Amino acid sequence: MAYDNAEQLEEFRVETRKWLEENCPPSMRTPMTDDEVVWGGRGAVFKNPESKLWLDRMGEKGWTAPEWPKEYGGGGLSRAEARVLEQELRRIKARPPLFSFGLWMFGPALLEFGNHEQKLRFIPDILKGKTRWCQGYSEPGAGSDLAGLQTRCEDKGDHYLINGQKVWTSYADKADWIFCLVRTDTSTKHEGISFILFDMKSPGVEARPIQLISGESPFCETFFTDVKVPKDQLVGRVNGGWEIAKRLLQFERSSISAGGFGGAGGSGILGPEDYAKQHIGTDEAGRLIDGDLRGRITDHKMCAKAFSLTVQRQTEQAKAGQAVGHTASILKYGAAKMNQDRHELLIEALGTEGLGWEGDGFDRNAKKVTRQWLRSKGNSIEGGTSEINLNVIAKRVLGLKEHQ
Amino acid sequence: MTFVLTEDQDMLRETAMAFVQGELPVTHLRALRDKGANGNDPATRKKLAELGFFGVIIPDEPGGETFGLVGLGQILEAQGRTLAATPLMQTALIAASALQLGGTPAQKAEWLPKIAAGEATFALALDESAHFSPYTIATEAERNGQGFTLNGLKKYVPDAHFADVLIVAARTFGEAGDRHGISLFLVPRGAKGVTIQTLNTVDSHGAAHISFDDVTVPDAALIGPADEGADILDPVLDRSAIGLAAEMLGSSQAAFDMTLDYLNNRKQFGQLIGSFQSLQHRAAKMFVDLEMTRSCVAAALAAVDAGKSDVAELASLAKAKAGELVHLVSNECVQMHGGTGMTDAAEPGFYMKRARVQEALYGSASWHRDRYARLNGF
Repeated sequence: MAYDNAEQLEEFRVETRKWLEENCPPSMRTPMTDDEVVWGGRGAVFKNPESKLWLDRMGEKGWTAPEWPKEYGGGGLSRAEARVLEQELRRIKARPPLFSFGLWMFGPALLEFGNHEQKLRFIPDILKGKTRWCQGYSEPGAGSDLAGLQTRCEDKGDHYLINGQKVWTSYADKADWIFCLVRTDTSTKHEGISFILFDMKSPGVEARPIQLISGESPFCETFFTDVKVPKDQLVGRVNGGWEIAKRLLQFERSSISAGGFGGAGGSGILGPEDYAKQHIGTDEAGRLIDGDLRGRITDHKMCAKAFSLTVQRQTEQAKAGQAVGHTASILKYGAAKMNQDRHELLIEALGTEGLGWEGDGFDRNAKKVTRQWLRSKGNSIEGGTSEINLNVIAKRVLGLKEHQ
Repeated sequence: MTFVLTEDQDMLRETAMAFVQGELPVTHLRALRDKGANGNDPATRKKLAELGFFGVIIPDEPGGETFGLVGLGQILEAQGRTLAATPLMQTALIAASALQLGGTPAQKAEWLPKIAAGEATFALALDESAHFSPYTIATEAERNGQGFTLNGLKKYVPDAHFADVLIVAARTFGEAGDRHGISLFLVPRGAKGVTIQTLNTVDSHGAAHISFDDVTVPDAALIGPADEGADILDPVLDRSAIGLAAEMLGSSQAAFDMTLDYLNNRKQFGQLIGSFQSLQHRAAKMFVDLEMTRSCVAAALAAVDAGKSDVAELASLAKAKAGELVHLVSNECVQMHGGTGMTDAAEPGFYMKRARVQEALYGSASWHRDRYARLNGF
């Protein structure tokens, strides 16, 4: 249904509001803690049963991905309608029903590059949160130089056989399926890569969590030993995976910069200026006593504001149909810097209060900041390091030449 | 929308960009410098008037539509690209704003049409020390029965070496540093007791020190109520900071483009120097800063036109960001041009010299960072 005039759009708003009123459970309109996030999948955890109800209802309507085609279970909404839905969800402070790499990264890529059967098979389960996906990209020898990946995929006639190792696979230990880059031709680099999908329960797949400096283990090392994959699970053409991989990285970088790196915001954590006031103090004019720290906090806050205005500008320009160029790299670079600067300032302002690890004697939120500060160091590494992003800007945006 | 120009504003931008590239390239400023003009350029003023650039924020009839500060910002960005010395900032932005915000009906009727037609130029005489500090005004305006008598010194006033009318911030009450007690006056440049000392400035735009010795003006010269001049001055200075930030964005973009061009042409070690990663990363970071600053300037310009409540905060954001940007880019422009960048024959030096003047006027980056913190309650 395309609503192309204001009156019809208003009608859609009224209907949407009514539907949300009836279908969004009360507890889904309250702030969410980290352990209440719904990632879906076969082993989905619903700390609150209303989370499941909310996901089922939104998934049924296709509103977990409002603009995806109806044919594959999406909401089929126009851009304008999706915006109305977004506004209405924000109005009642509704929680996102689902966090999902399928929604953010894999789905958009599959809709662009997959065939009809693949879309029919995988998209509806992404929308309903029935399948949790993970991303098989980096390898021990292929980080920034992703195209150097070595995981072998051999054509065995009626199936493919996969051998190799991935690393930094987010939540591989919890995911149901993986979208994976594999090497189908060893004689070339970028042109020898394919994009393939398989079940993490397949024999020969093993995921081992990696403990990070923050104490958490969101990533895994993932091993593939003679994993058999049916041939209809390769997306696009054989050796044509690099194009899909790059497109998907754009979705990943956009979702990172649009959503920010999370952490510090909501959930009771204050800004660095608030902690500085609390732990260092102010003069009679209300200025932070530590003038140097005050300057650096100000600088950071101004950069953060400039960054959010830039996100807003690019959204508006995109809506107005203006070219926005390779903005994903610019925003990913900026988002990483913002989040790291913020956490360094939080830790500095908290002083020793921010240097607790666990147990009593430290403020609960301060301990959260400590962990987030450590985690934030990965922001300039994951999804393309900041240095790689600068290379991308220099070469693709500014047109600077390769070294000969 | 905040960040997308209307069709009319877009056309204005195109016109301004084409005009400065065609008529006011950096070689034009160089020629003015070489004949000692200090940026005083009546021929250009006439062309700007013909294009209607002086009246961009002045409606044809009261309450009518204008291009807004967003429109004027496009022209200022354009003039920043080629470092053009024009009276637009002082006259089309500052004087037009001050009169619109605080002028009496008679003042508006007399001056706004003349401003729009390019028939009168203005200069805001504010600073009294080497640093921007808008309430630190010691220049006195004493009531004398028929009006006021002004005494004091103003420093480095842009355009004052040729402007027809001065807008003078003087103290009618209190002490230097007080917000209350400041009043704004219209003073003709030829008034008795006004001495104007033309300054040869590093950017070749010129400026003037002004001394006021028993200068008498009538009550009718007062813009807005006596003692409450800061209520007009504050929003005018926010707009000035935003307008100048737009100009600085233009200068930064041009210096950056020039640098990029050099990186893509100059060869050393048999390589284009732009293929060296250390230079690529510095260029990429400057580009990120440019994009961020562009957003701040656009948001600030739009906030003024929309009458938003966060204009002051956005003005400080835009001026501070633009100040940091133009400082960085102008320095890198000289550095990446190597020895060429040190020569007077090349243009990077012009950008660096103008940058420092832009940075200092209407509050340095550090002044605006301090204000931003204050506005945010710390």
